[in-house]
Amino acid sequence: MATKINKAVKISQKHLLGIQDLSINDVHIILNESQKFIKLNQSKNKKLDILRGKTQINLFFEPSTRTKSSFELAGKRLGADVMSININNSAIKKGETLIDTAMTLNAMHPDIIVIRHQDSGACNLLSQKVNCTVLNAGDGRREHPTQALLDALTIINRKKKIEGLKIAICGDVLHSRVARSNIYLLNMLGAEVNIVAPTNLMPKEIEKFGVNTFTDMIKGLKDCDIIMMLRLQNERMSNSFLSSNREYYEYYGLTPDKLSHAKSDALIMHPGPMNRGIEIDTKLADDINKSVIKEQVELGVAVRMACLKIFCDK
Amino acid sequence: MKKQYFINANIIDPYNSLYENGGLIINENGKIEAIGKKVNTNNLPSREKTIDLKGKYIFPGLVDMRVFVGEPGYEYKENFKTLSDAALSGGVTSVVTMPNTDPVIDNVSIVDFLKRRGRDKSKINIFPCAALTRNTEGNNMTEFGILQTRGIIAFTDGIKTIQNSRLMSRIMNSAYDLGCLIMQHAEDYELAQNGMINSGIIATKLGLAGIPDIAERIIIERDLTLLEKIKCRYHISQLSSQKSIEVIKQRKENVSFTCGVSINNLSLNENDIGDFRTFLKLSPPLRKEEDRVALVQGLKDKTIDVIVSDHKPEDEESKRLTFAQAATGASGIETLLSLSLELYHNQSLKLETIIQALTSNPAKILKINKGNLSIDNDADFCIVDLDKPWIVKKENMISKSKNTSIEGKKLQGKVTNTFVKGEELFKLN
Repeated sequence: MATKINKAVKISQKHLLGIQDLSINDVHIILNESQKFIKLNQSKNKKLDILRGKTQINLFFEPSTRTKSSFELAGKRLGADVMSININNSAIKKGETLIDTAMTLNAMHPDIIVIRHQDSGACNLLSQKVNCTVLNAGDGRREHPTQALLDALTIINRKKKIEGLKIAICGDVLHSRVARSNIYLLNMLGAEVNIVAPTNLMPKEIEKFGVNTFTDMIKGLKDCDIIMMLRLQNERMSNSFLSSNREYYEYYGLTPDKLSHAKSDALIMHPGPMNRGIEIDTKLADDINKSVIKEQVELGVAVRMACLKIFCDK
Repeated sequence: MKKQYFINANIIDPYNSLYENGGLIINENGKIEAIGKKVNTNNLPSREKTIDLKGKYIFPGLVDMRVFVGEPGYEYKENFKTLSDAALSGGVTSVVTMPNTDPVIDNVSIVDFLKRRGRDKSKINIFPCAALTRNTEGNNMTEFGILQTRGIIAFTDGIKTIQNSRLMSRIMNSAYDLGCLIMQHAEDYELAQNGMINSGIIATKLGLAGIPDIAERIIIERDLTLLEKIKCRYHISQLSSQKSIEVIKQRKENVSFTCGVSINNLSLNENDIGDFRTFLKLSPPLRKEEDRVALVQGLKDKTIDVIVSDHKPEDEESKRLTFAQAATGASGIETLLSLSLELYHNQSLKLETIIQALTSNPAKILKINKGNLSIDNDADFCIVDLDKPWIVKKENMISKSKNTSIEGKKLQGKVTNTFVKGEELFKLN
């Protein structure tokens, strides 16, 4: 793997709003760049000065632990000045609209804004109103591009490829931006994607994305190389989607029994945070031979460093 | 007022089945004195000044059955003056206003205020609706009888739907007793909950919650079932899907009712929403191309009676938000006719069918003597250059709110003059 870090790379987009907008070449640029940062993050001296003098603003309208800290760390390791805005203490609480907030921040000449918002399309709106680059850290149920990229990187590092793999995405697909971004990316990279969800949590006409759909988890997991579990997003469910967590676990929770239908060397992924005992058996989640959940978090920093570097270069 | 003579016009008056080249005479009182091919230079006194329209069209003034005005409460979005000016520029001379104001139009005193404001500030004919239920809360009926005698033309909760079936049957009973017209915005709240656009691939792709077409159909089926027993005057404000049309076609054989469609649903589909264009966040939502085509076909075979603008002015601040936060609705009264004419130019519909759905049909449903060019009637009409090309631009809009659903669209056909009671109130520069 190449270790030279400061080589210029060209990407087709100004903003990273979704996987939908990226070409396969863009994806390769980002993944290749990410590889270079993995080693760095494991070394003793992690600080670079690639983004010295650049300002990165993290604008998180939704609670987040891993994505927010990951972006913050990524920016700092590259030498950028990173500022995270706490929504609870900001003018947004006083009724300021997203556009006005954007204009205010824009006037401070940031180079990059990382945004997480509960409404789909919020990052698109922001990108139309500011001069700097916008990175989407998750918008509503639409896209979460860096998550999909780090998932792809994790798979490549373990399985050496994505093309030809059979990958199941299971659980609350309806409310999941992670699922949507992953479907676009995995399709683009040549995987066969199975979607497993109860009909109540299956987005309408999802099969038109070029995926196989299953309501029976055992059928959906058959011969899969990768199993991506999704978090049950109870906070987005206004009324009865499911009878109970107990029943959900019975039919859609990942258990050793259901896992036995996948390939013997199948890997388990989860974007976090996990609901142990609801969508995933707690022992499986911690099984270092099968679960790559911690690795996903680790590579997340590398992917975000790559994205910051590449999109700041634009 | 001086007598006015127009000659050499193409007259379309579906109410009187008058489709011919001819002229129009308006008397000193602003009434129609004569119309048709017999009005020409050969039998007009030579001393009179005639206006040669050189083949332009004369349509009866349009009757728009679904218009939102900001008075009272939202004057910054639209008031009677701006509504009136916008309507006139689009050839609309009569409007039915929705009761979703602040406060809601649900009692006699507010109706009196509304009538006064409408009379003083607007130059077009205003026919106000009152709410079906107090404060449009869907609980208690308003005073249909008294409100009707004070000049309320019809009852509707406007953007809201009566969810409770028992209440709906009682509303229908009262409407039957009192002979009033009720209009339903058909949407089941539970099925449409949090929905913003049509349920399907676009909603899935944009990550927006969807409104399935069955949300509309289920209310229509319920109401039409009630209507089998209670034969009141019932109108479905707007249809949006192929499925609804199928249901209506079947039921029209057994029960009598009428229905309308918004020009937005006739001209656009869900793909037009593109990259979160909030100006296309509408209710009912834009659906698939198959649905749009079915709606056009519905007009063609007379399953649908009326085209409305669903004119819903929203200020920029209510639209410059994320899709979830943005207000619903589009300003459309100015472009109602021109956009409808697109269906004529692209050979989807006959001109007579379009004009009928914009003039005599709504007037018949409302039982008003408008939307026609009969002798001795008020001379409410518009003159239209059927081929004139133009482009919809926000900055040229007259309505106080510029939230058009068709910004930048190229249209063919424009109103050049609009008359109300014989007085020319709009003239294209």
